[in-house]
Amino acid sequence: MTRHLKMDTPATARLLDQLPSRLTGTPMDRPDGPKKVSGTATYAHEWQIEGKTFGVLVRAPISKGKLVRIDKSSIEGLPGILGVFSDDRFLRNPAQGTANEAPIQGVSEISYFGQPIALVVAETFEQARHGAHMLELVCEADTDGVYDPEASNLSPEQPEDDQLDQGDLDKAMAEAAFTVDSTYRTPNHNSAAMEPHCSIASWEGDQLTLHGSYQMVKYNVNELADSLGVEPEKVRILSPFVGGGFGSKLGIAPEAVAAAIAAKEIGRPVCVTLTRQQVFENVMRRSESRQRLRLAADETGKLTGLGHECLVSNLPGESFHEPVIQATHFIYGGENRRLSIEVARLNRMCAGSVRAPGEAIGMQVLENAMDELAHVSGIDPVELRKGNIPEIHPEEDMPYSSRPFAAALDEGAKRFGWDKRNPEPGKQRDGEWLIGMGMAAAARVNMLMESKARVKLIDDGTAIVETDMTDIGTGTYAILTQLCCDMLGLAPEQVDTRLGDSNFPKASGSGGSVGASSSGSSVYLACQDIRGELARRLGCDEDELQLNDGKASGGGKEVSLIELLAGETIEGEGHIEPGETMEKVQQATYGSYFAEVAVNAVTGEARVRRMLGVFGAGRILNHKTARSQCLGGMTWGIGMALHEAMEFDPRDGHVVNNDLAEYHVPVNLDVPQLEVVLLEERDDWASPIQAKGIGELGLCGAGAAVTNAIFNATGVRVREYPATLDKILDGLPELEPA
Amino acid sequence: MRPFDYYRSNDPADAVEAASEKGALFIAGGTNLLDLMKLDLMTPNRLIDINRIGLDEITPSDDGGLFIGTLVTNSDCAADMRIRQDYEVLSRAILAGASGQLRNKATTGGNLCQRTRCYYFYDPDMPCNKRKPGSGCSAVGGANRIHAILGASDECIATYPGDMAVAMAALDAQVVIEGQGGDIRTVPVRDFHRLPGDQPDKDNILRPGELITHVTLPPPARGRHIYRKVRDRASYAFALVSIAAVVEMDAGKIASASLAFGGLAHKPWHDPEIDDLLIGEAPSDALFDKAADILLADANGQGGNDFKIPLARRTLKAVLREATGERS
Ligand SMILES: Cc1cc2nc3c(=O)[nH]c(=O)nc-3n(C[C@H](O)[C@H](O)[C@H](O)COP(=O)(O)OP(=O)(O)OC[C@H]3O[C@@H](n4cnc5c(N)ncnc54)[C@H](O)[C@@H]3O)c2cc1C
Ligand code: SF4
Repeated sequence: MTRHLKMDTPATARLLDQLPSRLTGTPMDRPDGPKKVSGTATYAHEWQIEGKTFGVLVRAPISKGKLVRIDKSSIEGLPGILGVFSDDRFLRNPAQGTANEAPIQGVSEISYFGQPIALVVAETFEQARHGAHMLELVCEADTDGVYDPEASNLSPEQPEDDQLDQGDLDKAMAEAAFTVDSTYRTPNHNSAAMEPHCSIASWEGDQLTLHGSYQMVKYNVNELADSLGVEPEKVRILSPFVGGGFGSKLGIAPEAVAAAIAAKEIGRPVCVTLTRQQVFENVMRRSESRQRLRLAADETGKLTGLGHECLVSNLPGESFHEPVIQATHFIYGGENRRLSIEVARLNRMCAGSVRAPGEAIGMQVLENAMDELAHVSGIDPVELRKGNIPEIHPEEDMPYSSRPFAAALDEGAKRFGWDKRNPEPGKQRDGEWLIGMGMAAAARVNMLMESKARVKLIDDGTAIVETDMTDIGTGTYAILTQLCCDMLGLAPEQVDTRLGDSNFPKASGSGGSVGASSSGSSVYLACQDIRGELARRLGCDEDELQLNDGKASGGGKEVSLIELLAGETIEGEGHIEPGETMEKVQQATYGSYFAEVAVNAVTGEARVRRMLGVFGAGRILNHKTARSQCLGGMTWGIGMALHEAMEFDPRDGHVVNNDLAEYHVPVNLDVPQLEVVLLEERDDWASPIQAKGIGELGLCGAGAAVTNAIFNATGVRVREYPATLDKILDGLPELEPA
Repeated sequence: MRPFDYYRSNDPADAVEAASEKGALFIAGGTNLLDLMKLDLMTPNRLIDINRIGLDEITPSDDGGLFIGTLVTNSDCAADMRIRQDYEVLSRAILAGASGQLRNKATTGGNLCQRTRCYYFYDPDMPCNKRKPGSGCSAVGGANRIHAILGASDECIATYPGDMAVAMAALDAQVVIEGQGGDIRTVPVRDFHRLPGDQPDKDNILRPGELITHVTLPPPARGRHIYRKVRDRASYAFALVSIAAVVEMDAGKIASASLAFGGLAHKPWHDPEIDDLLIGEAPSDALFDKAADILLADANGQGGNDFKIPLARRTLKAVLREATGERS
């Protein structure tokens, strides 16, 4: 049996609010938590597999050109070496999320510094790494590599779908009471997940098993099969635990394909784990951006025009470009609009989805521009935003689904004590520190993706949930368990949730904040399927059925669940598909951020003192894991504002700060006590469980609250992220005399 | 990582003897050396483990100072009550460095010998005169935000990245070194590290196989002890500019002053002219500016690190104010 739902109409039934069991939404501990803190959750590299060997990828030492020859003899005598592999099927770069097919392949064309062009396999990791360092390559470098996206001789592409010209923005700017016209730049970011990318490939005959660290197993199977030229049925991927993804593990990556090719060749399992340096060199980056923001407003601060024109980059041949303007389309009004994206082709590692692609940097800069508008117009930043929330979508004649945007702004302002802020910059001092407050709005599109799950209600009254969905640290194990508990009236110990095995029903995977609502809906539907059968057995309507505490009741009858099962296992399948509710309304999640920042008047060092985020994302499935997502997002927001940037050598475009000593992410001392408030909300248009995505919302503008606070503290507007002290120093007042 | 021999020594003289072989290196906490070996950036063929040779205590010296054994960990040194009370600047400097975990492993000698964090030094495919003499310096004309503004050469513009040694330079500590045959020599911390000149591969004056046995601190220096580290994040980042200052006031005048600077050069920077300028003077902004003028007279930015010049000036003035002003 399968319960199938295509979301063509809003799900107004809200069954989860009527069930006797109400675990969903509570801050239940993760069932996988004890395993994780005791080291018994098995991550990709840790699988003990008989005969396991180790491979280390070899980097291209040039940014553009050709691989002429690999001198395998250069490492022949080294201890432990089992082989050197280099193959036309090797991936140039990881597949983009949901690509479902192989990315660009081949090793002879070198397109970026660090491109994996060979694999050295040895008995131990150390031997393989040494071999990879020692392997002699003959490469021919081209002199026409492109490393600067803003180089004047480039003519960036203009993707058709990302060129909106509505009304007359120039005229609106000319006639406006208040205007902003500012250009910002954001740097490249690397996800730097704690668990580096890893695959262990093992073959049994023509059957490949890959233990990997992947976010979207269903797609990854097809991508891997296509890369190798084998049938998808011959490929199984296991990814039950993923030590952080952030988009960097969406698509199949070079290490998986190289491991599979080598393992086939030597007849033993091959484990390829990236070193931290390799994570920086050949994992997806978030593209740098140049963003020109133009805002035109009347005397009341109402927007009459909105321009958001962006330049981003990627490798030649890549379809993805950073969708910087994604939320700009719908968050604020203004009838005259120019929203566009240009893409420069660079010899720099592949750009792809990095947590909150689009909004992370797009909202950040839009919210800086809004702060500029608030400043020039003298209107309070919170009020300015509230006054620009459009009735209907400003570009498409479309209403919004549930949208607690104004509520998030009000709630945040109240809790933070926003009324105590002095709008005039540079006025508050605490010893050597200048203190400022800033705020920003959060917005992120909401999506639903096709997802399937199977639930088995076993004759002893326990249940097993199976889906190839992943838990990338986000809490999937917890929320799917909670949903199953409520739907079947079971306790958490009675539900065993199993994830990340491609033999299980195909789920959405984790990415784009779709995982919880999509896979959650599929488990919900699978349980409904079971409830239908239980109701039939009990002889009542499904609507009447009550499942609680191992008992089933309805139609005036009550029996124990075990009795009803009568020695049988009931299997239910759930299948959710997106439908017309995605087109009929604009679905999104919203929020607000408030930050207090101290800037050292001597050195320009900026430190966040406190920060609040208020978010609405439909039904919250687990308050603890949802809050953790927001804490992580806001922490990254602090990093984006103050620390994080990949630095490139201007001459050959290679990344120079390729480890966590020099690629700075916020450390404990940079992150004050963060406060997260989750608003009570149901969005019937989003999913049958009224939930929306929350995984990325925490950093869709968070950095702007910090940099807006820097402006309030100092009067310095940093338009080149991150706001390191060298960019603040010049604008600081002379030191006061002793 | 290249295959290497491992030898555990139980006694300083034995360790020195074992290290006389070409290509041998001591390993203490390993927090720097192992990182470099993993990347084949340092390729010793023999490691002499000195963790069991003793020398892990802080003991009084005859003249009222202290001997810090080379294997005293950074954590222990910073927490020692004598250091905290009498050499506060040293304790503060150590605690400003690295992370708790690293400081638990890091040792006194290892910290002195830590190598630069220049990005290109860390990349085996990049020309670097420090790693491979004669190959060129990639940082010149490259990414050089963290590089030196003082005392650099065309061959190398790297900095010495540590904090502990900056405080030791301000305190005028001495490094005790044991060579072959029990040969002992003592070198001021101020002269221990070198400027790159045309031999950037040599970070310091240690000769191959020589063992640091102790650092000696002179009798306690009275006055205010300040260590100010300016960095890109609140913790766990190397200094962009750091200043160790020990300043004593008497009747409104500066009675004694000793300053050293980190993040600016290939060595902890100490300029006796600055100390001399300050001593005997009443504190004033004009005086502090003059001190900064001396410090930065020959400063040279490389592009990415130009900001360090105004930053060093501002930080120096603030430190001197704090050192000489009313204590709040
Ligand atoms: C991420 C990170 C951040 C850091 N941040 C900072 C910071 O902010 N500030 C700071 O000051 N430091 C910082 N450090 C560096 C840290 O302080 C050093 O790694 C540590 O002090 C080295 O000590 P060790 O005992 O581990 O040395 P080892 O790694 O064991 O040795 C380093 C070198 O010293 C030599 N050596 C060791 N002992 C002796 C001896 N007795 N005689 C002769 N030679 C000897 C070794 O042969 C080797 O060449 C950081 C390190 C890391 C990894
Ligand atoms: S600055 Fe020194 S360490 Fe850095 S690349 Fe140049 S020579 Fe090497």
